[in-house]
Amino acid sequence: MSILQALDIGLAVLVLAVAAWTIFAREAFAAVVAFVAYGLLLSLVWVRLFAVDVALTEAAIGSGVTGVLLIGAAGRLRQAKKSAASEQPSKPLRVWAFVLCVLVTLALAVVVLSLPDPAPTLAPEAAQNLAGTGLGNPITGVLLAFRSFDTMLEKVVLVLAVVGVWSLASDRYWGGAPGTSRSAEPEGTRALLAQLLPPLGILIGVHIVWVGADEPGGAFQGGAILAAMWMITMMARLTEMPPISSVWLRLALISGPAVFVAIGVAGIAMAGGFFAYPAGFAKPLILFIEGFMTLSIAVTLPILVGGPPQRLPRR
Amino acid sequence: MSAATLAGLIGAALVGLGLYGLITNPQPMRKILAFNLVGSGVFLLFGIIARRGAAAGFVADPVPQAMVITGIVVAFSASALAVALVLRLYEVSGGVTLQSDAAEGPTANKADA
Repeated sequence: MSILQALDIGLAVLVLAVAAWTIFAREAFAAVVAFVAYGLLLSLVWVRLFAVDVALTEAAIGSGVTGVLLIGAAGRLRQAKKSAASEQPSKPLRVWAFVLCVLVTLALAVVVLSLPDPAPTLAPEAAQNLAGTGLGNPITGVLLAFRSFDTMLEKVVLVLAVVGVWSLASDRYWGGAPGTSRSAEPEGTRALLAQLLPPLGILIGVHIVWVGADEPGGAFQGGAILAAMWMITMMARLTEMPPISSVWLRLALISGPAVFVAIGVAGIAMAGGFFAYPAGFAKPLILFIEGFMTLSIAVTLPILVGGPPQRLPRR
Repeated sequence: MSAATLAGLIGAALVGLGLYGLITNPQPMRKILAFNLVGSGVFLLFGIIARRGAAAGFVADPVPQAMVITGIVVAFSASALAVALVLRLYEVSGGVTLQSDAAEGPTANKADA
């Protein structure tokens, strides 16, 4: 067994052990912390699958931003009444659930071990058509050219999630801001971190969006890093969430999908098809869309983490 | 066994593990975590299919990989909405339980925060 194989098996054991901890840990807070560690370990598995773009997304959004969301919620729920003993499923039910889950796992494992050879693939088609887009990263090509409709709808899902979260606000807070307000005395250590990190973080975020055309990276990963920088300054109470009635906030939230749809519709007249790019203009148009998508993602993620408004609107 | 096959088997185990948590754990927050485990297990199954589809000079088929990136963002959106619902439930009822109102008493959830 080579060293790499031993590392792979060690990583697999570690991922499964931490995943099991998120399910079986007694405290919800411990389970959430384990989930963050799990996400980071999982991104190493993605690197081993030669999916660096996915690894970046998993680390930034799957582990990072989701982690902030869940840790915040678990912290607020610590005072919640413990669930009644009657809610615990009975032993026979747990045994049946265990048997069912083992069967599901075994069935999937059989599928994994008996996948067809040679494997079906769209890689040759992607390789053939990538030159026409002027991009070097095939994943950005799939996301913003070959299957751009999916990516646009995913942006719409983000906006719908914001609508859903905001609609949970109490009537009197409608138009107010989520989260805690900016304080005259920011939190010491966190404030220092929030002043040191963003200059670097913003640079790295923008760089990752820019190189995404040719190297691993793109609007999702870069946007998530920019979102993290904004969240750090809010956690240190150097800045605060804007009120949800802010026109600028709402424009930033919808700018990504709106620009995407506008260019998609323009494609009907300019290039003879919905979401078609005119020949020779594909790359500049894709970068233009990615710019607005990055803005939307960088604003949407912290807004989703912030939850519904909790402060009275200023009148 | 290749790294890709091993990752596929991890994915299979994660789906089972997450499904077990989803069924047996009564706390909504833990169900959200379990739901995310199932999701990431399914993503890993996409990962092995992508890796096996390496061709034409690419180390993996980019189409399933791009779908996973979309999937991770959608899973986050769903989690954010679910967490907001749980927190709202806590705000309104002072507890976090999925049991029906009848079991708790008919007036427990009337008062709005």
